[in-house]
Amino acid sequence: MPEIILKYQAEIWQSIGETFVMVGISIFAALLVGLPIGTLLYLCRKGQMLENRALYSSLNIFVNIVRSFPFLLLVVFLIPFTRFIVGTAIGTMAATVPLSIMAIAYYSRLVEQALLEVPRGIIESAVSMGASVPEIIFKFLFVEARSSLLLGLTTSTISFISYSTVMGIVGGGGVGDFAIRYGYQRFETELMIYMIIIMIFFVQMIQYTGTTIAKKLDKR
Amino acid sequence: MCTVISLHNVSKSYQQHQSILQAVHSVSLNIDKGEIHGVIGASGAGKSTLLRLMNVLETPDQGIVVVNNQTLTTLSNRKLREARRSIGMIFQHFNLVANKTVFANVAVPLELAGYSKKAKGDRVKECLEFVGLRDKAHQYPAQLSGGQKQRVAIARALANRPAVLLCDEPTSALDPQTTAGILDVLQTVNKELGVTIVIVSHEMDVVKSICDKVTVMESGEILETVSIESQAYIIPKNDPKWFLQQLTEKERNSNA
Repeated sequence: MPEIILKYQAEIWQSIGETFVMVGISIFAALLVGLPIGTLLYLCRKGQMLENRALYSSLNIFVNIVRSFPFLLLVVFLIPFTRFIVGTAIGTMAATVPLSIMAIAYYSRLVEQALLEVPRGIIESAVSMGASVPEIIFKFLFVEARSSLLLGLTTSTISFISYSTVMGIVGGGGVGDFAIRYGYQRFETELMIYMIIIMIFFVQMIQYTGTTIAKKLDKR
Repeated sequence: MCTVISLHNVSKSYQQHQSILQAVHSVSLNIDKGEIHGVIGASGAGKSTLLRLMNVLETPDQGIVVVNNQTLTTLSNRKLREARRSIGMIFQHFNLVANKTVFANVAVPLELAGYSKKAKGDRVKECLEFVGLRDKAHQYPAQLSGGQKQRVAIARALANRPAVLLCDEPTSALDPQTTAGILDVLQTVNKELGVTIVIVSHEMDVVKSICDKVTVMESGEILETVSIESQAYIIPKNDPKWFLQQLTEKERNSNA
């Protein structure tokens, strides 16, 4: 083990923990809120089951606005909202708020796209069987789109990791922040490179796991 | 004879950019219980739309649709969903859920109807037995041939013991041998289970071979409905030598 890593062992473990908290909560938000919003985006489109122009446009505009923000500005812009939700605008928990908002917008768009790939004939057969909208969602749409939904979540998770690296601006910590403060700003280039290697390792692991499970789930 | 499906002055049009396409124009049609009723016509004649009006997959702009003595066009959404359970439907591209096994696909309509696990399992096996695919229960649709997929779709459509089976181009994606097999199954469904069948097709041989009555459509209207004597479906030989013979004979003719 390189000496420099041993020297900063405690800080490194802490920063990894912070990254896990930030990314973990973002994934949770993406699933809890992004999945329903993405499904609504799909259902409310023109020509779909719950066609609703007003709802579709509002959701669509929300997703577009969040995604068009440069992420750093979103973090700053959301400070009052963050303070309202978690009581403070500084620290790892505070950092999860803008990350989760971005995660929701990001994943809901990928969910919409995944559902659009489900052949229309399958929906038609579901309707002809007398399935209700919730039954169509859970017994047909999500079953047929499950591997795309998982691949979308994998892509999202990797983006969340990337977004989490700038959370140092509000004291969010994490691997990226540690690499910048100790590696870059204190001229410990070697340490910075090791941190980058750790990030690459995480991303590879997540992508490999996601792809492998998605392949297993896909019987098409 | 009592009427199972009856359409009264049913119309359906679609908005297409600037113009309006009249897919079905003021059509009235009665289909009797136990009949195999064919609907034939050119592409765009409105035959698929007509079929989709029978279970209100397409909501008519005007007119009344009555199936099994229920006026589908006036039912609440909930009642319409219940009514659809006794109207089976199969499609040209089968429309099976590719991520569910054959067993799970056939089980879906039973789950929608609230069957218990035991009753569901028994009924699925019965239906698969009927179409001759009991041994394929745990395979996925991608592992099956086209004909087998359509058999699964038939089993799925029959699971809730429907009175009516609507077939939208059921053999148009299949080769002649497989078509003959599927037509056999449909005939058995009609004879043994007493299910009324409506079959939309552009293939004259298919319609001729199993239908008792045929409605001919032209640009959204019924040209005529005629009773016919069904004739056996002629299966071309599947022998490679026969293929070669056909090909070379043509060549010889053109050389001559």
